Amino acid sequence: MHHEIGELLARFLIGGIIVSFFAMLAEMVRPKSFAGLFGAAPSIALATIGITIAGHGKAYAAIEARSMIFGAIAFLLYAACVSRMLIRLKARALTATIALMPVWFAASFAFWLVVR
Amino acid sequence: MIVHARLSAIKGIKLHEWIIRFVFGGAVCVVAGLIAQRFGPVIGGFFLAFPAIFPASASLVEAHEKQHKAGAGFDGTSRGRIVAGIDALGAAMGCIGLAGFAFVLWIWLPRAGLAQTFILATLVWLTLSIGVWLLRKKRVLHR
Repeated sequence: MHHEIGELLARFLIGGIIVSFFAMLAEMVRPKSFAGLFGAAPSIALATIGITIAGHGKAYAAIEARSMIFGAIAFLLYAACVSRMLIRLKARALTATIALMPVWFAASFAFWLVVR
Repeated sequence: MIVHARLSAIKGIKLHEWIIRFVFGGAVCVVAGLIAQRFGPVIGGFFLAFPAIFPASASLVEAHEKQHKAGAGFDGTSRGRIVAGIDALGAAMGCIGLAGFAFVLWIWLPRAGLAQTFILATLVWLTLSIGVWLLRKKRVLHR
């Protein structure tokens, strides 16, 4: 129990620090399309894979990484849709990013049906 | 336009904006771990590429650009949304690098050390992301 809480706390702290670090990089660099590259930085993986390996081993983490490839393709589809909605329709950023979140879930679900 | 970095840009970020990013980032790492624990690594792995922080980041990009234009006496609403869209386009290009990062982890993790694998994966992420960005900038990827 203590071990699990410790692991979750470590995930939270390391995740928060790494995501904030990439967000800082994105704020600093210009042009904006280049800064956007950091919006798809592997921050969650960098923060959690080490902890996952410590708890479950490398083979388990490799299975996660294989699914992450498909998650990244789903992210690409989602981000492309968001970009189009913001540039063409001039929608509010929060509205567009949340309204289109089902794109990521649908694409991920479709990939999961293929790889499960 | 040449890629450059401005340290002064981070001075404009408010404390609550840092907190939002930190909390969202930390929370998604916890949730990704819990999902993997509950449903296994195949489903859990998808959430390593979940765009959890993306709505907050895009909103902040829009708000910053709007403020910037308001400071110059203009209504920056439309401009803020376009800049957030350009940022999202960059993220879409970065996803190719993200997939490359995951591919290296998948192939190398069972065979090599963690540090070596992370260094290689990070190099692949940077090379692919910047490469795609440069190709688009040189209009190779344009229709």
